[in-house]
Amino acid sequence: MPTNILMPALSPTMEQGKLAKWLKKEGDVIKSGDVLAEIETDKATMEVEAVDEGVLAKILIPDGTDNVAVNTPIAVIAGEGEDASTATAAPAAPMNGAPAKIDDAGGEKPASVAKTASDAPIPASAVPASPEIPEGTAMVTMTVREALRDAMAEEMRRDGDVFVMGEEVAEYQGAYKVTQGLLQEFGPKRVVDTPITEHGFTGLGVGAAFAGLKPIVEFMTFNFSMQAIDQIVNSAAKTLYMSGGQMGCPIVFRGPNGAAARVGAQHSQDFAAWYSAIPGLKVVSPYSAADAKGLLKAAIRDPNPIIFLENEILYGQSFEVPVMDDFVVPIGKARIHRPGKDVTIVSWSIGMTYAIKAAAELEKDGIDAEIIDLRTIRPMDTETILRSVMKTGRCVTVEEGYPQSGVGAEIAARVMEGAFDYLDAPVLRVTGKDVPMPYAANLEKLALPNVGEVVAAVKAVLYR
Amino acid sequence: MAATRTSARTAGAGKTASAPSGSNIVEFNREQELEAYRTMLLIRRFEEKSGQMYGMGLIGGFCHLYIGQEAVVVGMQMSAKEGDSVITGYRDHGHMLACGMDPKGVMAELTGRRGGLSKGKGGSMHMFSKDKKFYGGHGIVGAQVSLGTGLAFANQYRGNDNVSMTYFGDGAANQGQVYESFNMAQLWKLPVIYVIENNRYAMGTAVTRASAQADFSKRGLSFNIPGEQVDGMDVRAVKAAAENAIKWCREGNGPYILEMQTYRYRGHSMSDPAKYRTKEEVQRMRDEHDPIEQVRARILKANFATEDDLKQIDAGVRAIVAEAAEFATNDPEPDASELWTDILV
Repeated sequence: MPTNILMPALSPTMEQGKLAKWLKKEGDVIKSGDVLAEIETDKATMEVEAVDEGVLAKILIPDGTDNVAVNTPIAVIAGEGEDASTATAAPAAPMNGAPAKIDDAGGEKPASVAKTASDAPIPASAVPASPEIPEGTAMVTMTVREALRDAMAEEMRRDGDVFVMGEEVAEYQGAYKVTQGLLQEFGPKRVVDTPITEHGFTGLGVGAAFAGLKPIVEFMTFNFSMQAIDQIVNSAAKTLYMSGGQMGCPIVFRGPNGAAARVGAQHSQDFAAWYSAIPGLKVVSPYSAADAKGLLKAAIRDPNPIIFLENEILYGQSFEVPVMDDFVVPIGKARIHRPGKDVTIVSWSIGMTYAIKAAAELEKDGIDAEIIDLRTIRPMDTETILRSVMKTGRCVTVEEGYPQSGVGAEIAARVMEGAFDYLDAPVLRVTGKDVPMPYAANLEKLALPNVGEVVAAVKAVLYR
Repeated sequence: MAATRTSARTAGAGKTASAPSGSNIVEFNREQELEAYRTMLLIRRFEEKSGQMYGMGLIGGFCHLYIGQEAVVVGMQMSAKEGDSVITGYRDHGHMLACGMDPKGVMAELTGRRGGLSKGKGGSMHMFSKDKKFYGGHGIVGAQVSLGTGLAFANQYRGNDNVSMTYFGDGAANQGQVYESFNMAQLWKLPVIYVIENNRYAMGTAVTRASAQADFSKRGLSFNIPGEQVDGMDVRAVKAAAENAIKWCREGNGPYILEMQTYRYRGHSMSDPAKYRTKEEVQRMRDEHDPIEQVRARILKANFATEDDLKQIDAGVRAIVAEAAEFATNDPEPDASELWTDILV
């Protein structure tokens, strides 16, 4: 009975990868533990070892194929005595037990980072042009990950005081490959691998910023920033005030925030509400690659401490980014992602993926939703929200964070204070559930917001 | 992928030059004795006045006096050069005065007035001067250790030979981030002197009740950071040790630990009756080890100055302190609009 070798999932968020290289050829005898092939994920090149023994009967996916979905059969192993030459692909295994797909995350398929000519390009997400992009600007497709890297590289070229530090940012090229190539261009003086020592290197970074340098401190994930939150809140955010304006702290804390996929409660927390509660900080959380690039550049130039919340699931998604010498998006300005007249949906970062899909579904029911991508949580662009709500009379917020004291709660309060007379229904919040993030795929899905909840909330505020 | 090694940060890991052995006391000349005397006296009188003004309700909140520990920061600063920075915890008035910050501005900050160094918005524990390279003034025990390590990082990044003098107490020495900082400082050979002011009590907890290793000069041993214990009541011993340590740092050898054995005469803060130690213990330190009295006795013995000369210095110091107190009492409170300024640049 021939056995299929399936494209393995090599990271929590991997949905596809590139079959970089076969290290065995058809006809080779395979022993358990033999390295069969190299697979490139968006994070790393990994070796795939054989589990089954036999003869490599047929290679189904050749070297150099991009975008091979997880669980696609890539080769067939024939057992002893089976005719290797005639073996064909065994029927695909049922998908039970396959890594959970994040159904609603990623409204669009990650676009190709196509390297082989045969690949048909997958269109990038169409994000309405930001007001910051002049009309007629040429656009290029890139992932959020690449956009963030380019932003750092451009700012590091521009200003010798900018450096990046954190765990695995240099030689490993970034735990999520966001700092890929920076070490090669800027050297170890400016791309600094730290020990696993969040409290210490955060304080060190803040001290360097007091001395006038402009550190970019990467947290491998923002979950680990809790170890360092005293230095962020008490030292970085408050010192300007406590010094009567003398001692500024030009620093960016950045990294993936919120849930990834199946990484459990301690690695799946959204800190937008936490940090946005602190005067002295700015909190930025982009959705698209263009905003990621333009806002990170703005953050690096900003003389204040910035919390820059990225999202691991968005890293691999592609968007159009303007080809400009110096594309900077101002902090504190929301973007109307989709104009509409019936209801205002306010979201940001990964929450936008639910909002966008929901708006498409609502359109089928004749509901015209306006989507605001908040982009900056603090200072919040209340004016843009209020202007929209005054037009639509209804508002739904979408976030992955907890409901209590969440960003949605803050938006609801501001809408009530600023546009009460315009509201035709109470503001509703779609949030992550009020529970630690569960590991089980089904429970995790339940804990996160989804498109259906957004649709239901919108219909509720429209009394439909 | 072989990255180009351009920095001591990546090249120096693991290597340790042989550390200098203990520093020998070098006698002060006349100018040095008089300078030390005057600066220590300024701190002493300033702090006494602060205590008095706290009692009068002019200073609120927390107020931690440096009385008894004056020789530490004064001796350190006597070895520093322009460009070297100072950062410390909440017992910071003495450090600011030793850095040359304006006593009026310090006192007005204590009273929360608009002429205070932080416009009245920082208070006793939160004052700064970029100009004098004084980076605070930090109220979270141990936080300044990572921050001071970052100041040293900036020096190395810029390729200057400035040293970060990072002060903390025997209490802060038990905080985790201190060791995270030690590790990075030695790994990257950062020019930082960790000045541990061991005044024997972390608030009300005696060193022996809180510290498994009470010899703080050894706290860097597992990182190969050299350290020494210094008589922190003798300003000459402090200066000699500082010179040693500063040279070590300037030459690119990495961090250095100086445990300053000192003593605070007053309680931890103004509300501390200091019941955890005997009156006799305090009196014995005052009688036998007072840092100012030691200098005074030496000055008179060596005929560097007469009693009258010293009285004149004393009068000059008192005048400065009186002027500071006067200013801090009469200066108006900050304008209400200041509530909303300096939150962001």
